[in-house]
Amino acid sequence: MLGRETKIPQAKFTAVQYVILAVFLVLAYGLWSLQVRHSDELQSKADAQRIKLVPVLAPRGKILDRDGQLIVDNYPSFSALLLRDQSRDLNNDAQKIADGLHLAAADVLDKIRRAQLARLPGFQPIIIKDDITPDERAFIEAHRDEFPELETLMVYRRLYPADGFMAHVIGYVGEVSEDMLNSPQFETYQRGDIVGQSGVELQYNDILRGQDGSRKVLVNSKGKEVGRPKDANVPAVSGQKLKLTIDLDIQKAAEMALEGKNGAIVAMNPRNGEILAMVSRPIFDPNQFAVRISRDEWNRLTTDPAHPLMNKAIQAQAAPGSVFKIIMSVAGVEEGVAQNMKVNCQGGAEFYGRHYACWIGTEKHSAHGITDLSKGIYQSCDVFFYTLAEKLGIEKIAKWATALGIGKKTGIDLPNESTGVMPSEEWKIKTFRQKWYAGEVISVGIGQGAVTVTPIQLARTIGGIAMGGTFYQPHVVDPADLPEGYHGQDQSASDPAEAVHVPIANQDWITITNAMASVVNPEGTGFASHLQGIDFAGKTGSTQLVSHEFLKRMAARGRNVNELKNEFKGNGWFAGVTPRRNPEIVVVVFLDGGEHGPLAAHVASLVIKAYVEKERRVRNNPMLFSDKADPGSVPIAGVWSAPADGDSQDHEVADAEDHFQGGTLLLKMGAARLLSRPKPAPPRAVGSSGVN
Amino acid sequence: MRRLISFRDFDWVLLGFVLLICALGVLEIYSTTYGTKFAGAHVRQIYWILAGLALMFLVSLLNYQILLENSLWFYGAAIVALLAVTFFGKKYLGARRWIQLPGGQHFQPSEWVKLVLIITLAKYFSEENDRGASVSDVVKAGAIAAVPMLLVLKQPDLGTALTYVPVAVMALFLGGIKFRHAAIILLVAGVLAPAVWIYGPRLHLLKQYQKDRLTSFLNPDADPQSSGYQLEQSKIAVGSGGILGKGVLKGSQTQGLFLPEPHTDFIFAAWSEEHGFVGALALLLLYLMVLMRLIHNAQTASDRAGGFVVMGVVAILLFHVLVNAGMVVGFMPVTGIPLPLMSYGGSSLLFMFLALGIVMNIRMRRFVN
Repeated sequence: MLGRETKIPQAKFTAVQYVILAVFLVLAYGLWSLQVRHSDELQSKADAQRIKLVPVLAPRGKILDRDGQLIVDNYPSFSALLLRDQSRDLNNDAQKIADGLHLAAADVLDKIRRAQLARLPGFQPIIIKDDITPDERAFIEAHRDEFPELETLMVYRRLYPADGFMAHVIGYVGEVSEDMLNSPQFETYQRGDIVGQSGVELQYNDILRGQDGSRKVLVNSKGKEVGRPKDANVPAVSGQKLKLTIDLDIQKAAEMALEGKNGAIVAMNPRNGEILAMVSRPIFDPNQFAVRISRDEWNRLTTDPAHPLMNKAIQAQAAPGSVFKIIMSVAGVEEGVAQNMKVNCQGGAEFYGRHYACWIGTEKHSAHGITDLSKGIYQSCDVFFYTLAEKLGIEKIAKWATALGIGKKTGIDLPNESTGVMPSEEWKIKTFRQKWYAGEVISVGIGQGAVTVTPIQLARTIGGIAMGGTFYQPHVVDPADLPEGYHGQDQSASDPAEAVHVPIANQDWITITNAMASVVNPEGTGFASHLQGIDFAGKTGSTQLVSHEFLKRMAARGRNVNELKNEFKGNGWFAGVTPRRNPEIVVVVFLDGGEHGPLAAHVASLVIKAYVEKERRVRNNPMLFSDKADPGSVPIAGVWSAPADGDSQDHEVADAEDHFQGGTLLLKMGAARLLSRPKPAPPRAVGSSGVN
Repeated sequence: MRRLISFRDFDWVLLGFVLLICALGVLEIYSTTYGTKFAGAHVRQIYWILAGLALMFLVSLLNYQILLENSLWFYGAAIVALLAVTFFGKKYLGARRWIQLPGGQHFQPSEWVKLVLIITLAKYFSEENDRGASVSDVVKAGAIAAVPMLLVLKQPDLGTALTYVPVAVMALFLGGIKFRHAAIILLVAGVLAPAVWIYGPRLHLLKQYQKDRLTSFLNPDADPQSSGYQLEQSKIAVGSGGILGKGVLKGSQTQGLFLPEPHTDFIFAAWSEEHGFVGALALLLLYLMVLMRLIHNAQTASDRAGGFVVMGVVAILLFHVLVNAGMVVGFMPVTGIPLPLMSYGGSSLLFMFLALGIVMNIRMRRFVN
């Protein structure tokens, strides 16, 4: 057998060698394809799965008042986290952890389950409690060995003033909602980002919001952090500071003045539109939103009939009542009707076949009698303005009221301002598809009927009228303080520095403002709010939501009239200025339900008083805004009222006495704080020309 | 007739290449297990290599003719062992592949059956002349391979069963199978494969997960957590290594546990990531040298059976490298076949050194006749 056997032919070995070579060439091609041709692509895939970006949240910018006092700050807050890459049985620890953090174990387990269901990656921890107390932090620190999966995370949260102080102006922050993400304004945001939800926080979100940084973390396939790359960190940039025009001292006075009431206060500098104070009541506590508001609290806030979340200063729309008579007066004098008009008020009058009562009543012997424009204002004679309304007609009233800003947004830099309504023939057809009845104009004459305004609207309008017809756009942030090229949320808004001019003839301006001063003097309806030694002027307004006829009808059906009056409480208004001409401050008080004008006037007087006292102290001038002539003072009112060039000469013709009561500035006050906004000439220069 | 054999005739060149591969394996096992629960595996691998070397020298002393002469006994024992596994085997991870030995050791017969198969087929064909294999030769040789293969498939262990195929193919090729017979076999296989694919799971010839592995190879995105995911991670590892690699202990895919089984089945991917295209080609070259050296030994074997045995070892080694490296670069499905000499594991190492021992044996006796 041996020797007979043949060897394996050489050709077969060669064939096998070629097969082997082919196999290795194929494998080498595979390696080349992956490691040379697709190397970059696979490298980025490798990086994508091992490098995770962990956001570093930036603190929002602080909010300051006009003097740089801190209003809104941030505070470091700790959240308790459960890490899920610790390969511990979280279910076992849940009860003990829940006890230590004062939670229900079921809630903790529920959160773990939901994270599992959502298939969150392992490196992403679950937040089990926000804003933990120092006690709870101590618990976590003390149990690091026992519960390695428990961790704390520091985030900056908003710290708002306590008790809802300024809550409506500031607003609050919260997680960006699904709706917001769909809007172009928030297109760069991501789910879970914190954004302003209302007020200044929303309006100036882009400025206040910081730039979140990030930290690169190397993770393994289980999501466990295994290291940090070198070029890892993009630091968070905190948001920019935002300086408001609000004066904290005035704001405090306004908050206190409105305590326990329901309504709003706006205090504004009519010379430039800067809001000095803005209050709305009832309040809410924005600190509750800073962490996470409870469902119960949210339900309470949204269903409360008094609308605590609403900023009534810019959103409440109500009939202005007798305050509208100032607007009527301007319309009247502009049309040349009111200057010499005299009406004999007998407590009511007949118009378009219907009797309209004057508030003063018929039974009294003290009916207004012969009433001119001035008395019509300070005595708030309804009959005078019924008559004026009848003479003007709705189109002329609407034309002037609209020009003065009624029924239009003021363009204030706060979100969701209401428009108000200025009725007109066109408005009625558009809104109700009905023709305007001439008789409807009578109620409009006293600010009733379909007219509604917002407090901010009224502040701009009354302030502007007291300025002699110069209207500035209200704002809570001085545009000069904003970054270059910044546009607010509302792109349509005009430049706030740009004033609207509706010139009022000098004599008419003096008549109307003097009559407003008389309102808070013995002869006026707001005498209770008289401020001793302060040049203070204004106009009250009280409106009823239902007519006297309605009350009578309901009473006839057996309803208790007092109960009804309670149910349909009227609103109280007051718009006041100091000094009476070219005022530095206009205050509008709106009391929602069950209040009346004189009370609103009293509230306003408290704010005015606080302003005057502060300015007298700051400018070191006890005679500032005095209603007494001061020998050392120089009348300069006419200069400030000058809306356009050339008008100032006319003003200087005006009665000197009026000037003393109006925009009086004293020569002594050389060191006075110069207001940045008033355009014409600095007081010092005016003073010297006055001496001449 | 017998002559003193000498270790001067030992194939030191072959051993040098083999030990170089083993050393690279130890290095890569160290790198892949560093800081994991397998840390220290490279030391155990060194012990296995030393044990393998001892086994190799031992086997080289024993004349391979004795193995050939007793091939029938070995074959019979192999079949009995496989049957024993089928009936008394220890079930682990759904497969019955091991026999529990006293002292807590496990014995996996299917691994050693390869060697028995090589010897049995070598013996069968050594008694034939080179006029070519007749139909009955093909059928008999086919049956010799098919019986243990079906038993292993039954365990089920598709990967190991497939390694019997190249042994049979190599034997038939060297044994002189006629072209038309080969064509018929290929045709039958071509018809049967789809049938097994469809009816296999129902007839217990093929498990569903085995099917899934194969389909996920063709469609890796189907389930990112399964074998398709493993293949994807392997390709990322190899590709991100680039030309020069990331360095020992620096492969992010390996160290970050993205790569599955980095010290066993996917050690070639880990190596390619940390040592790049250059390192991977060098490693392939070493395997190529080993294979070429083995063929050289087959050519110089003193008898036909010796050549058959060495070429059987060539077939198994080539098949392992092809399937493992092919899997790593994404050309082959995930089968769980280790890379010989490199992957961590005593069983695979001892088998390779045993096979090499027989090759050495044949080489040392090349001048015997």
